[in-house]
Amino acid sequence: MTGTLKAYAVRLFPQVAALAIILFMVSLAFPGFFKLSFQNDRLYGSLIDILNRGAPVALLAIGMTVVIATKGIDLSVGAVMAICGAVAAASITAGHSLAFTLAVTISTGILCGLWNGVLVAVLDIQPIIATLVLMVAGRGIAQLITEGAILTFNHPGLIFIGSGSLFGLPMPVIIWLGFGLIVALLVRRTALGMLIEAVGVNRRASRLSGVSTGVLLIAAYMLSGLCAALAGIIAAADIRGADANNAGLWLELDAILAVVVGGTSLLGGRFSIAASLLGAMIIQSINTGILLSGFPPEFNLIIKAAIIVLILVIQSPRAQSAFIWLSRARATEPTKGQEAK
Amino acid sequence: MKFKFALAGATILAASVFSAASASAMTVGFSQIGSESGWRAAETTLTKQQAEKRGIDLKFADAQQKQENQIKALRSFIAQGVDAILVAPVVATGWDEVLQEAKDANIPVVLLDRTIDAPKELYLTAVTSDLVHEGNVAGKWLVDTVAGKPCNVVELQGTTGSSPAIDRKKGFEEALAGKDNLKIVRSQTGDFTRTKGKEVMESFLKAEDGGKNICAVYAHNDDMAVGAIQAIKEAGLKPGTDILVVSIDAVPDIFQAMAAGEANATVELTPNMAGPAFDALDAFIKDGKEPPKWIQTESKLYTQADDPMKVYEEKKGLGY
Repeated sequence: MTGTLKAYAVRLFPQVAALAIILFMVSLAFPGFFKLSFQNDRLYGSLIDILNRGAPVALLAIGMTVVIATKGIDLSVGAVMAICGAVAAASITAGHSLAFTLAVTISTGILCGLWNGVLVAVLDIQPIIATLVLMVAGRGIAQLITEGAILTFNHPGLIFIGSGSLFGLPMPVIIWLGFGLIVALLVRRTALGMLIEAVGVNRRASRLSGVSTGVLLIAAYMLSGLCAALAGIIAAADIRGADANNAGLWLELDAILAVVVGGTSLLGGRFSIAASLLGAMIIQSINTGILLSGFPPEFNLIIKAAIIVLILVIQSPRAQSAFIWLSRARATEPTKGQEAK
Repeated sequence: MKFKFALAGATILAASVFSAASASAMTVGFSQIGSESGWRAAETTLTKQQAEKRGIDLKFADAQQKQENQIKALRSFIAQGVDAILVAPVVATGWDEVLQEAKDANIPVVLLDRTIDAPKELYLTAVTSDLVHEGNVAGKWLVDTVAGKPCNVVELQGTTGSSPAIDRKKGFEEALAGKDNLKIVRSQTGDFTRTKGKEVMESFLKAEDGGKNICAVYAHNDDMAVGAIQAIKEAGLKPGTDILVVSIDAVPDIFQAMAAGEANATVELTPNMAGPAFDALDAFIKDGKEPPKWIQTESKLYTQADDPMKVYEEKKGLGY
């Protein structure tokens, strides 16, 4: 047991360290950063904002990690978010119950995932092309549902999902933490995770050794669709309206970035959901940090890019081997000195 | 030159005789960009309404954000021999050739809500709002409202580098210039969206002592203001009283917020660009009166005193 814990600690160390350094840097720029207070029945402060605002990307990153582990990619998640937000708003304004609305919305997300999965697994289309279809068409579908306008709603139950709180934490935080835990347990306490990695490393070999690769691939994309649906509901509930033009815009790229910063290779195989979630929090910490620091907006993207490049450089295989070489050199130096005496 | 004038005169005469024969109705072609925003949908609705009101036969073409579609639409309008063309240009360049064709056919072209890089003689006039002026109106309202009291303002900018963001910022700063009691303490981009408006406002509130240091928020569009209002409420403050909210665009949702006392003022970017355009065309075709090359639409200020619920009901059906 301590062995697995230690393995976890080693695996997550770069992400935890990066997050800690970024949080420390932000606190230098903005002294009140770590201050937490209790307000409106929930914890209130910049750290909570990071957890809360990072919810959509964190949810997308869960599904994206599994898809990327199968050597795939899902570019459609941002558009699926927009579709699901639109479906939720349309259903609730049409007077349906909250349970019905959530069921329809989540089914819509899973259906979008099924479409992607069938294109990839059955028709054998390359994932980047297969999901590009829905990425482009999805926003149009969402606009059809909302008729081009921002579809607003006032249903307290649906709004609660976006801005309510439970156990002193905002609902979106509870949702992504809970969902991340469920998926992580599901893939790691069963053989599922290993099978997914097998498909990612070598699909044909997995199939020949009896893994039903088709079902697994489709399931991975359906999970990604489900995550996008949850993220879409949160995004719409947060602003009390479905904005088909802007909901989830470019978030597929942030989700992929979160997975990459989390250290999962785009070539498939080994993956870690916890690391991807940390990656999502790293991205959101940078975003929130920039907003708090008071730099002019022209610098936002430059600062973000510079920090991301730095993290990726530190994680790169070359840099890793250089670190190992350096630490070995340091470890051997004193012994050399003693020999000279 | 004389010959050209004579030719133009003859054509106008012929056109008027011709139109008199066809129940004196003017036929106008309208090439719209597409429907990328609620405002544009409202502009389309209002253009159709204005045409109907004046008995104008409007031929509508949706370009789906593509210039090639707009040029095609313009050529087909010219081939159909319409009396005038309205175009909301999707980009600023590449219009010279097709506008020359329209000019050769003696069809006046009016640009709606955007201008282009083309010789001025190629089009009759452009009907647009003045973005700098909009920011100025918003700034003046704030200066008058705080009436000399010290006031820290936070600004939610539009998409970085976009012309509305640059101009609305400029106009607002001009209005605040020399007023030492008003200070813009924070300014960040909210990308014109509700989500980003809310997120940026949340961080402003944290950064400025839980919002106690902020006396007003100026948003470059209403959507960001709606997001900011939610952030202010969730921080336990009262938008509209604890923190003044002023924004630009005048979309229906901001009137609901004003009716609830949560927003204070908005400057209208009118979607009725077609009204002044039709007036100018009417004067030009009937009396030959050249309009100025630029017709500025009114940037009307709405406050809580202007019966926001009534305006909301009026605007609701326009397709915003």
